[in-house]
Order: sequence, then structure tokens, then C-alpha cells
Amino acid sequence: MEDKILLAHGSGSKLSHDLVEKILAPPIDNPILARMDDSAVFDLAGRLAYTTDSYVVNPIFFPGGDIGRLAICGTVNDLSMSGAQPLYLSLALIIEEGLEIADLRRIVESIRDTAEEAGVQIITGDTKVVNHGKADRLFINTSGIGVIGEGVDISGSNARPGDRIILSGGIGEHGMAVMSRREGLEFKLPVASDCAPLNKLVAGMLAASSNIHSLRDPTRGGLASTLNEFARQSGVGINIEEDKIRVHDGVRGACELLGLDPLYIANEGKLVACVTPADADRVLAAMKKNQYAAQAAVIGEVTAEHPGRVVMKTGIGSSRIVDMPTGEILPRIC
Amino acid sequence: MKFIDEFRDAGLAQKLAHRIAAISTRPARLMEFCGGHTVAIMRNGIRQLLPPNIEMLSGPGCPVCVTANADIDKAIALAALPDVIITTFGDMLKVPGSYSSLQKARAAGSDIRVVYSTQDALQIAADNPRRPVIFLGIGFETTAPTVAAAVLQADLKNLRNFYVLCLLKTTPPPMKALLDLGEVKLNGIVCPGHVSSIIGTKPYETYARNYGIACVVAGFEPVDILQAVEMLIAQIESGKPDVEIAYRRGVRPEGNPRALELMRNVFEASAADWRGIGTIPGSGLKLKKEYATFDAALEFEVEPPPAREAPGCRCGEVLRGVVRPPQCGLFRKVCTPENPIGPCMVSSEGTCAAYYQFGGMDGR
Repeated sequence: MEDKILLAHGSGSKLSHDLVEKILAPPIDNPILARMDDSAVFDLAGRLAYTTDSYVVNPIFFPGGDIGRLAICGTVNDLSMSGAQPLYLSLALIIEEGLEIADLRRIVESIRDTAEEAGVQIITGDTKVVNHGKADRLFINTSGIGVIGEGVDISGSNARPGDRIILSGGIGEHGMAVMSRREGLEFKLPVASDCAPLNKLVAGMLAASSNIHSLRDPTRGGLASTLNEFARQSGVGINIEEDKIRVHDGVRGACELLGLDPLYIANEGKLVACVTPADADRVLAAMKKNQYAAQAAVIGEVTAEHPGRVVMKTGIGSSRIVDMPTGEILPRIC
Repeated sequence: MKFIDEFRDAGLAQKLAHRIAAISTRPARLMEFCGGHTVAIMRNGIRQLLPPNIEMLSGPGCPVCVTANADIDKAIALAALPDVIITTFGDMLKVPGSYSSLQKARAAGSDIRVVYSTQDALQIAADNPRRPVIFLGIGFETTAPTVAAAVLQADLKNLRNFYVLCLLKTTPPPMKALLDLGEVKLNGIVCPGHVSSIIGTKPYETYARNYGIACVVAGFEPVDILQAVEMLIAQIESGKPDVEIAYRRGVRPEGNPRALELMRNVFEASAADWRGIGTIPGSGLKLKKEYATFDAALEFEVEPPPAREAPGCRCGEVLRGVVRPPQCGLFRKVCTPENPIGPCMVSSEGTCAAYYQFGGMDGR
């Protein structure tokens, strides 16, 4: 086979079949996918969660991950944040002609490893090849289906005054890791993307408490956006403390240099939870057992005051409003 | 993180705040000239730590904000010329000119690229030898040396397709202009940190000596700013205005002689248009005759339509410290960071943007 993707790989010809059968399908194979019919056919019962997301990150390989891992984690995490157990994913690739097949293989292997780690199956897919310049190397879309357990009711509009706000770890790592690899902005930054599937973390939290009201992964727009969304959706106020929010030194340094605020930088392996106060310690303890939340901490609480607003106690003891981000923070990081 | 955490120490900040309250007996009106200070003050809620008799005003120290509409219009017109590549710092993209913005011009097909340094702009010029590459030289004395260095490098490498639209400005003239206008009675100035690291403290001496205004150069962390405020209040209370540095790790009295020499070699003083203030003699930097071939204003002829200001926008008064952003009828209602009417809402260092993003905790 050629060493680069050609337009012919998307033409429906033998070359297309070879691409699917030799490169794309084998790593991610499973009985549902193996039927190779027009649709995946399977049984599923219960309340379902269904989500989709597209991934256009540039560059496609970055410290701590790649577009393949990101595409699996993103969809797995979106399902998890609804309290669902992710089961099945679709995978659609839009490839720019000229992509190195070796790179494609690496990404498919990364997809396989991440799906295995999360315990999800890719049961349907699609591949398109577009002319040079019509895409940027590789775009991926995934969608996913998950099952929501009995009695689980998690939503951004469920936060209640008194709830403790728990953050699963340091912020801004994905955004800065990608930024550090950007053209024209190459600085040595010992920061890797936090890109990770969080479904097992969430499962552990749900097992520890049935009073988790809200869950969200602070991706684009960062922690500031997620907290503002909670405040607006639930009609509550949110108080957080700057000192409680962990920021890796490398992220802080880069943010200082570039004039950015880590509160607004994207994460791909973190979550924020609003939990009933009595259960907060139990949830926190459960979280800390998970490798992706060893540094989880309570960073603040939900209040009936100043509804719709997020207020942060600053490191020097004054307070300020943390607003929604405005405009483009960092382009194309996911 | 070393050299940052020390200057964000809560105990130290509180101690300084107490000391300020203890020595302050009379009303004092201070102006921070620099946009970086405005953001730091808002972001850290520093006003809340000060007694009510100390008022802090924001001045014209955001380079994007003080760029006149006519100059933005000119940049947009240059971007529309065939083959031209405009390179600019990202802050400029969204700034509204009279009729459009660079962002809208880019969407309409102009080739406008965001760079993080003048080196990136030079590289783009080297990579596109057949196309004119114009760098939008916007900034104060902190940016000017890097623009000067870029021009010298372009000259050395014979990059004849590299140009600068030179809109650089210097800080002492508008400070003097504000004081001469007399609209706002000031007792003290929080002098810019980064600019002073280049120009030193000599230019401020006239404010202390001839205008009786306390001057202290400040850094950008909460403790830096509080320390500067304490020194200003001490000067004001003693009735002995002086020029001091509260940012010794960044600023020497003589400034940075190498950077100053670089600037002197490449630029000469010229009149410049300041939004909200008007034309101030000697407040701009233009390329010297020997480097005139790099001057985009001379090399390209564009005639943008006559400039106009957005009706109702009070950016000019905000920049002069005459009104605070919430006093503008458009603030938050019509003018938001998503839909900025004036430049003070656009730049990350703009006073209106800082009030919008971090404000609302205190009325002052």
C-alpha cells in the first residue's frame, strides 16, 4: 500500500476497501462492527444518553495525546457527564489527501487503546478523503450512546445552594499543551495534555453518592465557562477560592507569558461536580482513588446569593467576578 | 512559582493594605497609566483593599485603545491591496475602525495573520518574497525596540518586502497632555512597569517637580501595586512629591540603554493621533529617513474614507480618566466584548473590558 492517503482511498474502490479492512477496522474490531452492514445493529434497554462531537485539533499529535485519543475521550466524557455509562461509539474520519498512512495507523492505534481503556466499542464508522487544502490533515467525528442507571439525575440545572463544588485536578493542561506545539509559538513547556476518559471516575463517584447534582468536563472555555453555565442553568450563585484551584507550574508560567488566565483554558480530562454537602467528603475520597483525580479538591460552593454569577475569592483576600470568556481564547484546540 | 507567588502573598498584601489605611488621612486620586495595571487591579480586586478616600483612575495606557480610528482604517485599507499580507498582534483584530475591523476584513478575504512577535512577521516576509508583508507597529516603548530590531534585521537580510505601519507611541507626552488638560486633578501616578524598564524614571521627574504629582513605578502583581500605592500615599501625605521605584527587580532609573539606543537609531519623534486626546506633538515614533523604504505609510498609497467615531461611545473620556466605563450609556448594554463599539472594550488591557470581565464587586 502507498505511504500516503490518496483521493482514491475515498473513492469506494478497492483502495478504499483496503484502507478500511487493513488499517482502520482491524485494531478496533468487534462482532457488531465486523458485520460491515450499512448500520450497526444491537440491543439496548433503559434510559439512554446520546451525544456527538467533532475534533479538528491542530496539531493532530500533541504532548499527552493525539486527535484519536481526544475523539474517544471527548465523547466518552460527554456521556459520562450525564451520568451515563458509555457503551458504543461511532467513528467518522475526514482525511486530507496526503496524510501519512503511518500517522493514520498511529492514530487508529491510539483510538483502540483509548476505547479499550474506557471499555467502549466502536460499532460503526465512515471514511472520506478530501482534496488537499479542504481539510487540515485529519478531522474526526464521534458519537456515542450510553445507559443511565436507575435514579441517576444529573444536569447543569440541578445545582443547589450549599452544594460543594469539586474539581478533579489541575486546570489548563490540554489547552497549553496544544498551544505549546503551535506554529510560531514553540516554547519548551513540560506540560502534557490531560486528555483522559473519565467514565470510570464518574462510575466511582456515582457509587459513592446518589446526591451528585451536576457534572461537567470543563473543555473549551475552561473552568470559568463551566461554572458560569452551572450558575445560569441552575439560577444559583457560585463562590470559589483561587487558592484551592490547582494549576501546574508549567501552565501558570505559560499563562503569565502569554497573558492568559488558566480559568479559561481548556481541559480534556477534568470534571467539576456539584455535590450535596453531606456527601462531599465521600465523593472526594472516591475520586482520589482514580488515577485521573488524585488531586481532586473542593474549590467552593453553590450559594443562593448573586444568582447567575461566579465570584472568586482572590489569593490576596479580595473578591472578583469570574465571567464567561468572550471571543476566541485559543483557536482549534479540540 | 518562584518570583510570582511572593508577590501574590495574601498576608503581605493585607499588611500593606493596613499600612496604607493607617497612613492615609486625606483624599488621594491616583491614576494607573498602564493597561496592564488596570487589569491587575481589577483582577485582584485591589480597590476593595483600599480605604474609600483613595481613588484609582485608569489612564490611556492600552496601546490598542489609543490607536485612532483613522489609523485602523488605514490598516484595513492596506489589507485590501492586492497581494498584501498584514501581520499584527492579535489584540488589533477585533478593534472597530470607522466602518469595519481587521477581523471583518479578514473574513472578506484580506490576508491578515496574527503573530506573536516581530520575528514571526519577518519569517512570513522571508517565506513570501513576492508579496508585501506589512507589520502593524502598535505599542509603546516596550514594543518599539522589537520593531526597531525587526527593521534592522530586514535591512541586514535585504528583506525588501517587509514594511511597518508605524503607529508606535511614547508614554510621557500624553501624561503631560492629560495633566495640562486639567480635567482630572491627580495626586499621584502609578507609573508603568514595563515601559519604565525601557525609558527609566527620568521622564517622570517633571511631573513631581513641576506638577507636584507623586510618581511611583509599579510592577504587575498585587503586592507590587499595593507597595506602589503605599509609597504614593506616603509621598502625598508628606507633601513631598518624588519619583520612586516599587519595581526594582524590573526597572532601573536609567532604563535600558541598549533598547533606547536601538530606538534612537531607527525612529525619530513625530506627532501622533491619540484616541480621546487628539494629536500630541512628539508622542509618536516614525521611521528615520534611512529606513523610509520600510515605511508602509510612505510606500503604499491608500485613501480610506474619512474617519468617524461611533455615536455614544465614550472611550475617549474613559481613556482620559474623566469617566468610568459604567458611566458610558453603551457599557454592558450595547457595548460588550462580543460586540465592542469602542476599543476599550476590545483589548484585553482595555479599561472597559477589564471592568466588564472583573468588575461589579465594588462601585468605586
